[in-house]
Amino acid sequence: MATTIIEKIWKEHELAVDDDGRSLIYIDRHLTHEVTSPVAFEDLRIRGRKLRRPDLTVAVMDHNVPTGPREEPIRDELSYKQMQALYKNSEDFETMLLDYYSPFQGIIHIIGPELGLTLPGMTLAAGDSHTSTHGALGALAFGIGTSEVEHVFATQTLWLKKPKTMEIKVSGSLRRGVYSKDLALFLIGQLGTGGGIGHILEYTGETIRSMTPDERMTLCNLSTEAGARSSIISPDDKTFNYVRGRAFAPDEDDFNEAVEYWRTLASDPNATYDKSYSFDVSGLKPMVTWGTNPSMVVPVNGSIPSPDQFEASRRPGIEAALKYMGLTPGQAITDIKVDRVFIGSCTNSRLSDLTIAARVVKGRKVSNSVRAMVVPGSQYVKRNAERKGLHSIFLEAGFEWRNAGCSMCIGMNEDQLLPGERAASTTNRNFENRQGPGGRTHLVSPAMAAAAAIEGHFVDITQWDMPEAI
Amino acid sequence: MEVIVGLAVPLLRENVDTDQIIPAQFLRILTKNGLGRYLFYRWRYDQDGKPKPEFVLNDERFKQATVLLALKNFGIGSSRENAVWALTDYGIKAVIAPSFGDIFYENAVKNGLACIRMDEKLIQQIGREAEAGGLTVRINIKEQSLSYGSQSVHYTMEPSVRRRLMSGEDEIENTMKYENKIMAYEQRMKKFYHVDRKRLLYE
Repeated sequence: MATTIIEKIWKEHELAVDDDGRSLIYIDRHLTHEVTSPVAFEDLRIRGRKLRRPDLTVAVMDHNVPTGPREEPIRDELSYKQMQALYKNSEDFETMLLDYYSPFQGIIHIIGPELGLTLPGMTLAAGDSHTSTHGALGALAFGIGTSEVEHVFATQTLWLKKPKTMEIKVSGSLRRGVYSKDLALFLIGQLGTGGGIGHILEYTGETIRSMTPDERMTLCNLSTEAGARSSIISPDDKTFNYVRGRAFAPDEDDFNEAVEYWRTLASDPNATYDKSYSFDVSGLKPMVTWGTNPSMVVPVNGSIPSPDQFEASRRPGIEAALKYMGLTPGQAITDIKVDRVFIGSCTNSRLSDLTIAARVVKGRKVSNSVRAMVVPGSQYVKRNAERKGLHSIFLEAGFEWRNAGCSMCIGMNEDQLLPGERAASTTNRNFENRQGPGGRTHLVSPAMAAAAAIEGHFVDITQWDMPEAI
Repeated sequence: MEVIVGLAVPLLRENVDTDQIIPAQFLRILTKNGLGRYLFYRWRYDQDGKPKPEFVLNDERFKQATVLLALKNFGIGSSRENAVWALTDYGIKAVIAPSFGDIFYENAVKNGLACIRMDEKLIQQIGREAEAGGLTVRINIKEQSLSYGSQSVHYTMEPSVRRRLMSGEDEIENTMKYENKIMAYEQRMKKFYHVDRKRLLYE
């Protein structure tokens, strides 16, 4: 029988099914960070339990770390305590730790793939909703809460109700200036914030096949914004080439064997899904969110919608979003001025993202009215960007060039919007107060964010004159 | 816990994300206790920390509420279990909504917070009755029924969720009974999924 990659990986890792139909799934890799782990570690300690597989567990500091110079003292006492707790917990429970000072520190969903900790065919869990990212390499990955983190610590398993499968088939080539971020925002707009609840999404089709692994990561990263806890893309040669040679990838002796196995996991051509949607995206424009969740999105050549365009039950929510965002129906997107630009986050802070932004920025200056920052996804990304000279392009243009962390995407450290400030942001959530109390977030691609920094308002990046390479 | 009886409070909004339930600044903690004071912090308090009178939880009539009524996609967004800890510490025993974020839903079960899925129209109807204050709702987890005023309605909940809410079992203890199965997998696990720490040398 034709089956999907989801079913194949599920079956391989399903240890038991309980009376209520839940499956006990083995977790091959557990990534953990300083913010959602302390309570789980403490509970292990209180109950006298061991961390079952410290060797399959990797801890990293990312959510609350400062992104300024690493030699400066950590000023926020609460964040400092959480970081100290992770030092102690990693030592006591013998897990590998990529700490604040590690040359490989970075955002959990950036370092997993880039260090080869994330591999096709494995199951992976992390105490963060954007764990859906790792599906881009063909891993079955689940974002989990702290109690589940503790469950994985103690047993290396999770009890999961088998989710329904949803195929998102995408055809057509994205035009110049339109990126996987735009595709993701478009899809969230179509599915809604809850469209993927109870489902694992699988992205298929020619558009997905032609995407690079980095682009696929951006797409899978945002699946959670459509309500899907997990998403996946069948691995192919692009995936295998990406994985080959990474620090924890199978070494050359095992690599061919691994690839042979991974090839068997791709969804069969006639596999069926609980739901299937197809989209032709050849006409897709750069997308800009206007509201307070990622499904509130329009093309850059569009305008702010009126509550009248929505069904009556949705109008109060739309009105509240417009009020919070300080926007008026009918306003053209390109007339919206921004105060801040943030390029970073697990959605868009890989080397390829920074390269695109640098092409947009090269030889230009950030608008006088804008404060703009680039926060690379990892210190490894940062070093590689510096080797290519990208930091000089950003610095000369007037961007801040910072150290790796979640930074202004979650607003836990000092990188925050001030009340009323409006940002073009390459992140994943435009929720109220997300990037700082009273802050207003518009989600866009790195190219769109970079151009907004230069012009001081949104512009259609497909019309932008920029070098093809740098 | 088989029966929940409590005052209903209507928060009839869609897409209440976990950032709204508890903002990120309150995630810098080492224990899960005492988070109720930060529940819906930015909706409940102004920038000076004064209660906003227009927010429903600040209304005297709902101060003792333990059953929260909301619209679709409650608890979407961040995986932060702090959202559930804030709700339970505040005293909320059940949330009734048409749909819930997947991670939030599991976090809730793990902490004994009942998430009950119901048709939106019905929630709107109960919400209208609750608006004046003083509407007591009775939820029977075992029977999967909810009653208010003279009405009684049936809802459905997964057997595993019902069982866990009622027993409050230690799930880890239960899973440890599967040790043989876990070990059997570990023996056949692909060797290339193992992590050799020595490999992380500086470039």
